[in-house]
Amino acid sequence: MLCDVCKCNDATVFLTQILEGKMQKVNLCDACSKEKGVQDPTGFALADLLLGIGAAEEIEKGAPSQKCPVCGFTQADFKKTGRLGCSVCYVTFSEGLGSLLKAMHKGTEHVGKLPQRAHREIELGDRMKALTSDLEKAVKEENYETAASLRDQIKRLEHEKAI
Amino acid sequence: MKFDNVMATGGEWLRGEGPHHQIVISSRVRLARNLKQRAFPGWAKKAERTAILELIKPRVEELPEMQDSFSELLQDLSALEKQVLVERHLISREHAAKSVGSAVIMNRRQTLSIMVNEEDHLRMQSIRSGLQLKSAFKLVDKVDSTLEAKLDFAYDSRLGYLTACPTNVGTGMRASAMLHLPGLVLSEMINQVIQAVNKIGLAVRGLYGEGTEAMGNLFQISNQTTLGEKEEEIVVRLSKVIETIIEKEHDARQMLIQKKSNTLWDQIGRAYGVLTFAHAMTSKEALNLLSIIKLGVDLGAFPEDRRLPIDELFIDTQPAHLQKSSQQKLNAEERDHLRAQIIRERLRVFPKPDITKVAKESENGSSPEPQTNE
Ligand SMILES: [Zn+2]
Ligand SMILES: [Zn+2]
Repeated sequence: MLCDVCKCNDATVFLTQILEGKMQKVNLCDACSKEKGVQDPTGFALADLLLGIGAAEEIEKGAPSQKCPVCGFTQADFKKTGRLGCSVCYVTFSEGLGSLLKAMHKGTEHVGKLPQRAHREIELGDRMKALTSDLEKAVKEENYETAASLRDQIKRLEHEKAI
Repeated sequence: MKFDNVMATGGEWLRGEGPHHQIVISSRVRLARNLKQRAFPGWAKKAERTAILELIKPRVEELPEMQDSFSELLQDLSALEKQVLVERHLISREHAAKSVGSAVIMNRRQTLSIMVNEEDHLRMQSIRSGLQLKSAFKLVDKVDSTLEAKLDFAYDSRLGYLTACPTNVGTGMRASAMLHLPGLVLSEMINQVIQAVNKIGLAVRGLYGEGTEAMGNLFQISNQTTLGEKEEEIVVRLSKVIETIIEKEHDARQMLIQKKSNTLWDQIGRAYGVLTFAHAMTSKEALNLLSIIKLGVDLGAFPEDRRLPIDELFIDTQPAHLQKSSQQKLNAEERDHLRAQIIRERLRVFPKPDITKVAKESENGSSPEPQTNE
């Protein structure tokens, strides 16, 4: 039996794992199992292996000829490495990644830790929404003095957000 | 701190003092983080990797947790030194292969180790003895919170922390524990346990091998997914599963004492005999035999004060540790000789297995380990 990764050496490492009720099998040669970190206790995950094998095609479907504007990464690179190029790649290849992440994880949305910075952004966003709707109301009611003051507040908030 | 100090002190987790330490060797939690809009280490050119390293390294070194730390660029470590760090689980095998543009920073107690430009810009890992996933998470979470005030981490409101590999996206967290399960292996129940654990989305694998061929009866259990579940939930779920496995291991040991005592004493006696008299031993054979002696200590066949020398041999007989301590590069044959020699020397003052002591333990029907909850 040939190795699933390089498809040229004989497979010597056979992995079977049941993930969310689905049985998955991967056969690897010595070299590929080492490279994929099967012998490395910190690095191993089966999904990791599968990524390099079936997942790249999944991405290709979503973005046939896309290139990340920030790092220049393409789906061909993903196919080769099983890794992405930068954080913006998650936006660039979001279409193909969606189904991949769904198959790989428990959920599709992060419910864990929020960085302080994200807290602040959410807060600013909420305040901005409130001010904007107040402004619309003031304009509609032709309450121009209030509208002017609201515009100033929005401007200040935008400045704060930019920092 | 110099590398020789790292060698000499030994990690806190190696001393085996945590809860359930007889069965749970260590608990580890690692978080993966990346800088916003910068190429991940595997994709970044050397110049960008170095620039990112220069941005991150000083921020890590100034952490209060990193006072008197060991901080080294990967290109300044020898292959052997890197391997020693791998054998102590302070860096990954993947990181050991890195050179220019990567670094490792760890605290003196070796409970916190931070890899810069491994697969992600930051891999922060906390390691504790025994079953202490919660406190390991707490430490690494605190470090993450301190760092995020100074570094702009890649974070998406829907996907969470963005990582080089999509398998880590979300929490970026991998929590794992290393378990010593000779009872389940000898009673041939280990496969059932592995299957059951896999079914609930957790990964189990042999530490140095695969499946049941795990060397030294050592297994690692960890969370498989990182998206759609809170960090604390993952840690609690994993801890509960591990507590169940600990119970199963105790049950298996009691069963062996009661129903297969001949096989058990034969194994312990043979392990003792070979370790005490052999003149050549591979790393695999050493781990497997030491595992049986460790089981013997757990069961009371050897005195409790013999536990530490055995635990130390698990690490000290690894290839890089052997060569580092002998100050020279050795081929496989020379290593096998030296390994056997070191084991013989350390076991010189080791008493013969005393089975009568074990019988007492099983009459009480209780496991010798105190059941402390985390
Ligand atoms: Zn291969
Ligand atoms: Zn990119």
